[in-house]
Amino acid sequence: MNNVEFYEKMWMWAATGLLIVFLGAIVFTASSEAVHPPGKLETVNPTKLLQHPEFSRPGVRMRPDGGAIVIVVAENYDFAPDRIEVPANRPVTFRLTSADVMHGFQVIGTNANAMAVPGYVTEFTISFKPGDYVIGCNEYCGLMHHKMIGHLVAKEVK
Amino acid sequence: MKGRHALAGTHIGIAVAAFGVASFLGVLQAFSIADIDFPYRDESLYYISMTAHGVLMALVFTTFFIMGFGYALAQENLGRLVGRSMAWLALALSAVGSVMAAATILRGESTVLYTFYPPLQAKPSFYIGATLLVAGSWIWGAVIIASYRSWRRENPGVPTPLTIHGMLATIIIWYLATAGLAVEVVGMLIPWSLGWVKTIDPLVARTWFWWFGHPLVYFWLLPAYILWYNVLPRVAGGKLFSDSLGRMVFMLFVLLSVPVGFHHQFVDPGISSGWKLTHTILTYGVMFPSFVTAFTIIASLEVAGRMKGARGLFNWIGKLPWSDPFFACVALAMIAFVFGGWGGAINAAYAMNSMVHNTAWIQGHFHVTIGTSVALSFMGGTYWLVPRLSGRQLRLPVLARVQPYLWFIGMALFSTSYHIAGLRGLPRRVYSASLNGEQGAPWHNLTVIAAVGSVILLFSGLGYILVVLATWLTGRREDAPAFEFAQPLTPAVHGMWDRYALWTTAAIVLIILAYGYPLIHLLLTQRFGSPPYRPF
Repeated sequence: MNNVEFYEKMWMWAATGLLIVFLGAIVFTASSEAVHPPGKLETVNPTKLLQHPEFSRPGVRMRPDGGAIVIVVAENYDFAPDRIEVPANRPVTFRLTSADVMHGFQVIGTNANAMAVPGYVTEFTISFKPGDYVIGCNEYCGLMHHKMIGHLVAKEVK
Repeated sequence: MKGRHALAGTHIGIAVAAFGVASFLGVLQAFSIADIDFPYRDESLYYISMTAHGVLMALVFTTFFIMGFGYALAQENLGRLVGRSMAWLALALSAVGSVMAAATILRGESTVLYTFYPPLQAKPSFYIGATLLVAGSWIWGAVIIASYRSWRRENPGVPTPLTIHGMLATIIIWYLATAGLAVEVVGMLIPWSLGWVKTIDPLVARTWFWWFGHPLVYFWLLPAYILWYNVLPRVAGGKLFSDSLGRMVFMLFVLLSVPVGFHHQFVDPGISSGWKLTHTILTYGVMFPSFVTAFTIIASLEVAGRMKGARGLFNWIGKLPWSDPFFACVALAMIAFVFGGWGGAINAAYAMNSMVHNTAWIQGHFHVTIGTSVALSFMGGTYWLVPRLSGRQLRLPVLARVQPYLWFIGMALFSTSYHIAGLRGLPRRVYSASLNGEQGAPWHNLTVIAAVGSVILLFSGLGYILVVLATWLTGRREDAPAFEFAQPLTPAVHGMWDRYALWTTAAIVLIILAYGYPLIHLLLTQRFGSPPYRPF
């Protein structure tokens, strides 16, 4: 029966090693490539967005460093602004909230993918390759969920 | 259904009935996503059907099967069921709750899907029905625990039968998980749906939901593991490779199942990256017992093949009883779990998660895990249980042999297609994958293949229901076969892995460490509630 124990141990060490490799890859990308999920706790009154200094005027604000801040409000069944123009290959920070139910904000074909939760601001930073993108809602928000579409254009800047 | 297994049999019967209704609905959804027209196709039907499919499959079919299986094991392995009348009361509660929830869903008043994220608001009877279903399951857990304690008093120092060990782990996880659900549903959703409070915090509700939502998958998976560890090696004609590893596996799930919920909330606001990383690490930890299970079960099957005279490296695989309905179900379930586990590791890594979060990949993922690994194990479990519970021979054995393979093929088409479509960016839960005509081309063909898969799945599901019905109604009466379980290669030992209070306490400490600070931080922040919405 010694053999049995030997194989068991080998396997458990191998499994542990594999998991450490997986976790190492996650920690490595988090620290070296600055891959972070949204992590900020910032609240906003979802019933008073029209009076809010920032979310009453969704749109793109350019930053001095050439990047952009994009204020987005998701509401059945639209994203405001409907067409987002950002500079390509520059950091784009999204500040996202919802005026009614939960929505998803997914720039299809990219890693820009986050939840819009009423009462909260979701903030994340990402950059885009040049191109035209479709934004889809990926959280069920009502019967016309599949028609909740937006557009994003990433333009090359000289 | 008479005799000592009446209770278990009734539960399995309800589970199969819920499965039957839900399997028809699945096809409607797959066709709708693929933009294949059919009569009465519209958005309302689609989302009613999706809500009903999710609730009936993931909550009713699974919970009733697990409860029935638990009663059967307690009866056989402990020789008793302490509190049988309470168990019947629990059944009534769960059944009434399920019917209440199903009725309001099918009337189209509670189209909130089985995740029911507020501020979408269902009718109170949806939340109250779900609460009754869970309340019944709490009594079920108490009956099994009372039966175990009664047995333990008479058998001090004896190792807990591995079947019961696994069932106790299932029950402990269920209590820990549903504590979070109770806070969300009883503490937040019911008062809000009755109009007693005006607003609700969607993020707090969602955090409690995922406290429950991930251990829920282990509540489904562990009873499947009980079948893999205890019945599969026996049916294959071999022995369990290691009893002590099995014992360890179940307790590691108790320890690690709950404090992992943030990996469902990676792209939510309000929870810091550091806590998300903490839950990621714990999520990878909970993969460990599944790795060990893969080893132990495959080694047990190799033992079976070699006991039948297999030589060489691989020809033991051919000696296994691939035409036995139970064996085919469980073996295919295990193969599916290789892919399901691999996908799960991707979901849990937050950089890769942003690529697949809430895309069709996710529905692909949980159909290969719960929809195949768990569902096929439960189907096999049904084929194994029904003759033993009813004293009738399995009818339509050819159908029972073919059905698992059909399920596997159907799901391979269905799930693989959605995995790929998700990688290409198809958002989840859409009525029509053409997204209002804006973006259909990258995945249209894949959704059609998934729809073909769904038809194969329907035929397979019908086969399962037919076999169960025919056995129950017309199976030849025989002396019920004995409940025979796999013997371990070396005898079981009553040791640290049987100390349930210890492991439960450790689990609670870990949950407090993983959830305490972020939850309190969230609750102490000035927050703004949401009024209800019913866009359905």
